[in-house]
Amino acid sequence: MKYVDEFRDRDLARTLAAAIAAAVDPARDYNFMEFCGGHTHAIFRYGVQDLVPANVRFVHGPGCPVCILPARRLDDAIELAERHGVILCSYGDMLRVPGTGRRSLLKAKADGADVRMVYSTLDALDIARANPGREVVFLGIGFETTTPPSAVAIAQAQAEGIANFSVFCNHVLTPPAIRHILEAPEVDPSQAARLDGFLGPSHVSTVIGSRPYEFLAARYAKPVVIAGFEPLDVMQSVLMLIHQVNEGRVAVENQYTRVVTRDGNAKAQELVARIFELRPSFEWRGLGSVPESALAIRAKYAAFDAEKRFALSEKQSRETKSCECPAILRGVKKPKDCKLFGKACTPETPMGACMVSSEGACAAYWTYRRVETLAEMAAE
Amino acid sequence: MCLAIPALVTALHDGAMASVSVGGIAKQISVALLEEVAVGDYVLLHVGYALHRVSEEEARRTLAMMAEAGLLQAEVADMAGLPERAGVGT
Repeated sequence: MKYVDEFRDRDLARTLAAAIAAAVDPARDYNFMEFCGGHTHAIFRYGVQDLVPANVRFVHGPGCPVCILPARRLDDAIELAERHGVILCSYGDMLRVPGTGRRSLLKAKADGADVRMVYSTLDALDIARANPGREVVFLGIGFETTTPPSAVAIAQAQAEGIANFSVFCNHVLTPPAIRHILEAPEVDPSQAARLDGFLGPSHVSTVIGSRPYEFLAARYAKPVVIAGFEPLDVMQSVLMLIHQVNEGRVAVENQYTRVVTRDGNAKAQELVARIFELRPSFEWRGLGSVPESALAIRAKYAAFDAEKRFALSEKQSRETKSCECPAILRGVKKPKDCKLFGKACTPETPMGACMVSSEGACAAYWTYRRVETLAEMAAE
Repeated sequence: MCLAIPALVTALHDGAMASVSVGGIAKQISVALLEEVAVGDYVLLHVGYALHRVSEEEARRTLAMMAEAGLLQAEVADMAGLPERAGVGT
């Protein structure tokens, strides 16, 4: 076994690999989507694909917040920094993502815009306190783990009367994105990835719990196993999914019971519900317009909503030409299907978001499968 | 991006803030998202906020795994406010 030496508990890895091999029905395929970019990273880092039979396949999902933010929203953030003269605070992941015309926040900064990398919304609040004469905007991105920190920051700004602070809210939700992927076959069968089950995200589920996935089993008859992000967690979760498929069962099971409960973090959920409301729809790179898949700041907190505070211009935003990020995010193409991969597009000169973030599928292939992928591309 | 890292709570402060230790680095974080936190608790730390309480055993195994996968150094660098790592953005 090629990679088993990488595991801390090699015996357990071998045992799990053998159990998976024994459980798999060679007459069928098992296509499992790992939604979360953290799982994509673990699968590649530990070569999990090589530890399971060839008919068990991982389909990489859109759970990379940097990857799914469309060019338009990034262009808006760049406009806030350049035209409205705000101090734009962003998590570091976003800075190098190319928007329309391959313009990024980092390039805007190099050209004189005040773009600052922060680790936390706490840092953005500190910057606002220290610069009362300037407008400070936090670029809020991410799934259910990063949303509560944005909610706390808005509640804190209101409590303290920090009037120069606002959030440009791009927070998105996991369950509606999974639903959208499952409904895609009806819209466009050629684009549909055939999926037999899902590995549910680890830390997102500490916040929302396992309950929000139950509709997947009930309505779409798809098994879900919430998986920890250690490689052994992933393998055990794959085995649980295989058992469900073989037995014709559909359920939400929780492999990560060490941390995830059915109900999640109630305090965080209440705060998020107080500050945010559902957007009717939101544009995702790759998935297009997804109904009720993202959050907006409630009218009551409009003073802290950058979209209300600043008049953002109409734009003709465009994704990078030839970049296959959208199809890769839907799980219907792989990085090797993109002619830019490893040539025009590398982590040093990213053409698309999936190469920028370490959670992106392209960055994972680049880091762990570069030689094999480039060889496959040359052979085709 | 959605990765959280185990941190040991070393002191509690006003305004739902706490001091924690992560891989030997001291950091002030918010505990506004947790109901009850005590000194000596391990919490999952994500972008400056404690998201969840975890057992010491879970904290230790997660830290060991993250160190092995090269993720711990990246997270701690992010947290300490060091410059962005080229091509990496968990």
